[in-house]
Amino acid sequence: MRHLLSIADLEREDIERILDRAAAFEQIADREVKKVPALRGRTVLNLFYEASTRTRSSFELAAKRLSADVVNFAASGSSVEKGESLKDTVLTLGAHSPDAIVIRSPHAGAAALVAGWTSASVINAGDGKHEHPTQALLDVHTLRSKLGALDGRSIWIVGDIAHSRVARSNILAFREMGAHVTLVGPPTLMPRDIEALGCAVRYDLDDLREADVVYALRVQRERMDGKELPSLREYAARYQINGRRLHPRQVLMHPGPVNRGVELSGEVVDSPQAVITMQVRAGVVVRMAVLFELLAGTRTDSPARLREPQPA
Amino acid sequence: MPHAKVVLDGDAMRRSLVRIAHEIVEKTPDPELLALVGIHRRGAPLAARLKSLLDELLGLEVPLGDLDIAFYRDDLRNRSDAPVVHASHIDFEIDGRTVVIVDDVLYTGRTVRAAIEALSDYGRPGRIQLAVLADRGHRELPIRPDFVGKNLPTSRHERVNVRVEELDGVDQVAIAELEGITA
Repeated sequence: MRHLLSIADLEREDIERILDRAAAFEQIADREVKKVPALRGRTVLNLFYEASTRTRSSFELAAKRLSADVVNFAASGSSVEKGESLKDTVLTLGAHSPDAIVIRSPHAGAAALVAGWTSASVINAGDGKHEHPTQALLDVHTLRSKLGALDGRSIWIVGDIAHSRVARSNILAFREMGAHVTLVGPPTLMPRDIEALGCAVRYDLDDLREADVVYALRVQRERMDGKELPSLREYAARYQINGRRLHPRQVLMHPGPVNRGVELSGEVVDSPQAVITMQVRAGVVVRMAVLFELLAGTRTDSPARLREPQPA
Repeated sequence: MPHAKVVLDGDAMRRSLVRIAHEIVEKTPDPELLALVGIHRRGAPLAARLKSLLDELLGLEVPLGDLDIAFYRDDLRNRSDAPVVHASHIDFEIDGRTVVIVDDVLYTGRTVRAAIEALSDYGRPGRIQLAVLADRGHRELPIRPDFVGKNLPTSRHERVNVRVEELDGVDQVAIAELEGITA
């Protein structure tokens, strides 16, 4: 495997191989020395065009636990503010010969574009409303540790589906692993024809009891133009997962950061059903497994070099 | 498998392990500091067998662990694919202990080097020793075993196949021509 751009590129066996390896990385965190030399001498470039705390820090920690060198590049405070294009930035930073580029961008398809401009392995850490594949992998990993196999399980994804790259990647990953996926949210936040991905669509939580797993999404006010939701109060009244709606046998997930009192009530965030901190912990080992998959043993030639410039 | 010559059968393997266990007891002044760590995959079941032999001889519980050295290999870069990885389990403090690394075949010594490096990331053992079922020579690093089941003079064109009951259904060590197993 060369890049990780979309869950759609992965077969079930790829997901299982990566997650089995993630499980092998778990015990490293309990040791005296919390790193292994597997990617010694490799360089990982974190290219973040969008705010991110947990994804970026977990990629950084993952790379460091594998002994890779990490260069962090944030769009603010860089030449991007002076108007440098994504392509020029990638070509410039490519001069450092990174082995992997981890990119987060507000634009769908950015990671795939970058993959065409560099010989490094590219990992999509979120591109606009399109995909966030490592989030989906860590969610599958968390569920596998919590429930075992996902085959036949019912997973309800609740909230702002339209703006959610997490939803898109997770639908693909959960389906690939054999789960039944149901999407719930207000019609204004439900993309048209989303059923084509093989999931059911509902507009209320009346039958939430059917779910084995409830996956609540963050209400992304920063991506809305004000027309989608009349008010957060009304959203919370209809779609908030709270103690009244959540059954004790159900597993509650959320990609973070949580808007307490909006998509989740405070009581369920702190309940034993919530696996939100497990998800964060899974983030590091799963990203280690992804970096290892892409970088260990792929190159016998010299380190990554830029492609020859193509005539425009 | 064509051209395979059996050099140790089940009985001979058992006797070798018993002898190794006795040698470990003789050479270990502080049995309560002893621990065994088997290297994945076939070193792990061999270490487990040594543990039960040693438990009986010493009348105590010898701590047992297993180690996957995939992340420590020096040839990761040259492989075409990322290797299969098993979880390691070392659930005891190794600081100050005599840790005996157990593997099936000693060849170039590179696996053992990786295992020593991996072990030191768990702590600082008092000493590290090496027990192998078969030593086939051709070392590429300055590494020597402390306990050997059988010395097997081989050529580099041969392959030593160790099979263990736990994983392969039979106990056996055989030498095969590399040409014969290209399939």
